[in-house]
Amino acid sequence: MSAPLTSLDRPNSYIGRSVPRPNAKRLLAGRGRYVSDLKLPRMLHAGFLRSPHAHAKIVSIDTEQARALDGVHLVATGTDLARICTPWTGTLDHFKGMTSAPQLPLPVDRVVWAGQAVVAVVAESRAIAEDALELIEIAYEDLPVVVDIDSAREAGGPVINPGSANNTCFRSQLDNGTVDAAFAHATHVVEEEFTFGRHTAVTLEPRAIVADYDPAAGMLTVHHATQTPYQFQDLYSRHYGIPEARVRVIATDIGGSFGMKLHVYHEDMAVVGLSILLGRPVKYVADRIESFVSDIHARDHRVRARMALDAKGEILAMDVLDLTAVGAFSTYPRTSVVEGNQVIRLMGAPYRFKNYRASLEVIFQNKVQTSQYRAVGHPIACAVTERLVDMAASKLGLDPFAIRAQNVIADDAYPQTSATGYRFEALSHQACLKRLHEIMDYDGLRAEQADLRQRGVYRGIGIATFVEITNPSPAFYGVGGARISSQDGAILSLTPSGEVRCMISVTEQGQGTEAIISQIVADQLGLAPEHVKVITGDTEVTPHGGATWACRGAGIGGETALQATRGLKRNILEIAALILQEQPSALDIVDGEVVDAGTRKPRLPIAEIARIAYFRSDTLPPGTQAQLTVSHHFAPQGYPFAFTNGIQGCSLEVDVETGFIRVLKHFIVEDCGRVINPMLVDEQLRGGIVQGLGAALFEECRYSETGQLMNGSLADYLVPMPMEMPDIVIAHVETPTADTELGAKGVGEAGTAAASACVLNAVNDALAPFGATINSIPITPAKVLKALKRF
Amino acid sequence: MKARAFSYFRAATIDQALDAHARAGDDARFIAGGQSLVPALSLRLQAPRLLIDITHIGELRGVSREGGHLRIGALTRHCEMLSEPLIAEFAPLLHAAAPFVAHPAIRNRGTFGGSVALADPASEFPAMTLALDAEIEIAGASGRRRVKADDFFVDLFETALQPGELITAVYVPLFKADQRFAFDELARRRGDYALVGCGIMATCTDDLIDDIRISFFSVGNTPTRAKGAEATLIGSRLDAERIAAAQAALQGDLAPPDSDEVPPAMRLHLARVLLGRLLGRLGEGA
Repeated sequence: MSAPLTSLDRPNSYIGRSVPRPNAKRLLAGRGRYVSDLKLPRMLHAGFLRSPHAHAKIVSIDTEQARALDGVHLVATGTDLARICTPWTGTLDHFKGMTSAPQLPLPVDRVVWAGQAVVAVVAESRAIAEDALELIEIAYEDLPVVVDIDSAREAGGPVINPGSANNTCFRSQLDNGTVDAAFAHATHVVEEEFTFGRHTAVTLEPRAIVADYDPAAGMLTVHHATQTPYQFQDLYSRHYGIPEARVRVIATDIGGSFGMKLHVYHEDMAVVGLSILLGRPVKYVADRIESFVSDIHARDHRVRARMALDAKGEILAMDVLDLTAVGAFSTYPRTSVVEGNQVIRLMGAPYRFKNYRASLEVIFQNKVQTSQYRAVGHPIACAVTERLVDMAASKLGLDPFAIRAQNVIADDAYPQTSATGYRFEALSHQACLKRLHEIMDYDGLRAEQADLRQRGVYRGIGIATFVEITNPSPAFYGVGGARISSQDGAILSLTPSGEVRCMISVTEQGQGTEAIISQIVADQLGLAPEHVKVITGDTEVTPHGGATWACRGAGIGGETALQATRGLKRNILEIAALILQEQPSALDIVDGEVVDAGTRKPRLPIAEIARIAYFRSDTLPPGTQAQLTVSHHFAPQGYPFAFTNGIQGCSLEVDVETGFIRVLKHFIVEDCGRVINPMLVDEQLRGGIVQGLGAALFEECRYSETGQLMNGSLADYLVPMPMEMPDIVIAHVETPTADTELGAKGVGEAGTAAASACVLNAVNDALAPFGATINSIPITPAKVLKALKRF
Repeated sequence: MKARAFSYFRAATIDQALDAHARAGDDARFIAGGQSLVPALSLRLQAPRLLIDITHIGELRGVSREGGHLRIGALTRHCEMLSEPLIAEFAPLLHAAAPFVAHPAIRNRGTFGGSVALADPASEFPAMTLALDAEIEIAGASGRRRVKADDFFVDLFETALQPGELITAVYVPLFKADQRFAFDELARRRGDYALVGCGIMATCTDDLIDDIRISFFSVGNTPTRAKGAEATLIGSRLDAERIAAAQAALQGDLAPPDSDEVPPAMRLHLARVLLGRLLGRLGEGA
């Protein structure tokens, strides 16, 4: 690790060490407790009848036969649930002028995408519920379907939301007024149109929820596979009119989320209502087919962009138009415009140029909603920028490394503000570029490429620099009026046996949050991590906080744990000092023992302090009240976001006869500030890269002209599997943020941010001898063969 | 996704299985490995009243030599195509194709007879029965019969099997010293249905092709022999010119269907590339 020594580098430090995840063994042994494992007494099961039409009027719904089926307890329509649930609208105030239609758990008169849930059945079993669904008759009247971006924007074309003049959800413009002049003076201009397919998260565990309303207590308990239990506590309370303190959301083990599990889904809201109507627990687990048509999708952008350069290869300006289609309405409560907003703000982020203009247009269409998914907007901004940089390099006869080295913001030039207005505290592009060049053996790869080309083997080498947004402040959602916290809270207790329980608001979805929190607590208190029990994901137990999104767990949750632990340590040492008749400052804690701060000589186990404080307070000086439970909240201050940076490299081979692409090796140099657990950081990077490779080569939600999802199964929607995963070589540069003691920034999205850009550049590098180019992902064999004019 | 309720019957003999099917008024399905049927039931694409489990019928098991043929019992699992020495020795084309059939978990359960009976045009094994000139043994109310693979595959998921009939075994001519084979497929990911796949059996005298059977899958409604390509090769050596002629002949042999992801012209192109590579390998494998 390369970070400078600080107060974190204590004897027996657990920060910076690859400590195994405390929950890994349990999950591997099949002892995980997921929502789908949950069986409550008197629990019923919900199933949903979905619209086969992408856009249609609901003329009538006949549920008589379904209601009569044995084992069916309730059949509910949109009208039934609208009586108890208030509508929601997916807009935020800081996105000026954005619109979206109000939503209800189930539609009342109109369906707006194929797969939208229309009627709910609650029965003794899921199988019976599905039997009943087959007995429901819905008469629809087709409405004109808006599928692709062009027809959605057509003047006088069909409009999805009645009362709206067009299908525009949101427009935004960034312009510092100097772009036209910069292009006029440029020696070189490169320009291209890029397309990015729609794709989706495909979590191992699908969405799952058990809502349990107890009418006697007026209490709603929701077991919910979500990243953000507090957000849902607030929403269930608000939309069903139950006091917040009487809503409990429990998010236990979760099998992956990637941003997909923090949005309001109609079925989930419906299940809460169904439980209220019945006064019984109701369970709903989306099956894979349902996930494909109802989980949020992401991306789906078409970007026209150009870049101006001077004769020496200095980037002067960028000019960008991003069109993105988001489904029939904006997702609640985080909206569907954040991705587009980040696309236009992250363009060109690694580079020095100051002349920038961008337009964003967010458009409605009759497809399932899009919203935030791992690396929101980053892969698009990165691919557009990095491809233009490569195109410019090729025009100027510069090496891809050389043009980037010439244009990145220098490591010693921070703080800096980007052309798009983002404030960077400290980034390390130059160090990362240099390190990537080494770990790739770039010169060796180029020599091998030249040699193989002689023999008709076409390899490509691509690199992509990136900047990632992490540790978000209220500037992200809070300022827009969303009740989404950017602070976190922790409660720490010393147990009578001298162990520590830490209840913290960040949550665990398999990424290892609980592991790093236990490391930080263990490190800061002076205790082995196995003596720290971390508890997450229960709004009745853990304090209110932001939970997991936008790479905030380590940076914000970690700092919360650090400061809370320092508070607990002060309190423990105060009692120790009284017992040992010392000054607290003369004492420290190492490995569960209070020691002499200077000599490290053990004085007293902290278990003994706990014993005395809890059971023999009579032996302490009069007036002493031991405070062995502390609570602490931490809200990020200073920079609105802690930006991270890095660079990725890719070596691949294109079979120019079949169009197949084989990724040979992938590389990343990443700077997430303080690395708490190197193993977890590396696996976050690997997982993120694999998701980016999926976007680059495989994943796309393909729709028919009538708005039907054509590949909504795991046989047809391709995600990378082990055979498609290359070896991934990882290196780190560490530039801790000075905004926190911990200095950690996020790392969960860095891999995804640049992997697809890297592959795009590598494929174009491989195809260069043929004069063929591709500017669209996923890069399928069909696109490669088309570019090569092979059919 | 939950299947509609159905009755279950475990048959001990072929006769019991056939009888149960008839008594259910043919509203029944035989189940062996269930790798295609169970998803179809869960998706409610199929909802028979009765499932007849044939996995306990001893007569459907086992691989043995019978005269000039290898008898492969219908219940032979895909994984056994990899592990059974008789397959490797006498039906090496099946051995070569087996690793491409889905994934290990599916190969552990899926059966050869089930795959041939379903006749998925994108599956490896049905197409290989064509390349092997295999015969399919069928049991039905009127007794046993053997149908040549060439006559077995009728249309999309449609075969010579009549309702209530059961495949008992597949007979494959024993592999001989003067024969060569090749198999490969182009799939986006390992284990996926291929964009196009092909298996070839050739009988040669020195380097001259006496007989050749070229069978494609994922190119149409049924596994498809490339008879025009075969004709260009018989009596010839596998040189570059002949290979090019065989590739060109595919234009007349294959008529790939339209699909949003793989246009017909692209599939034909891929079939040509694949055939060229396989014939090249066959030529080198002298």
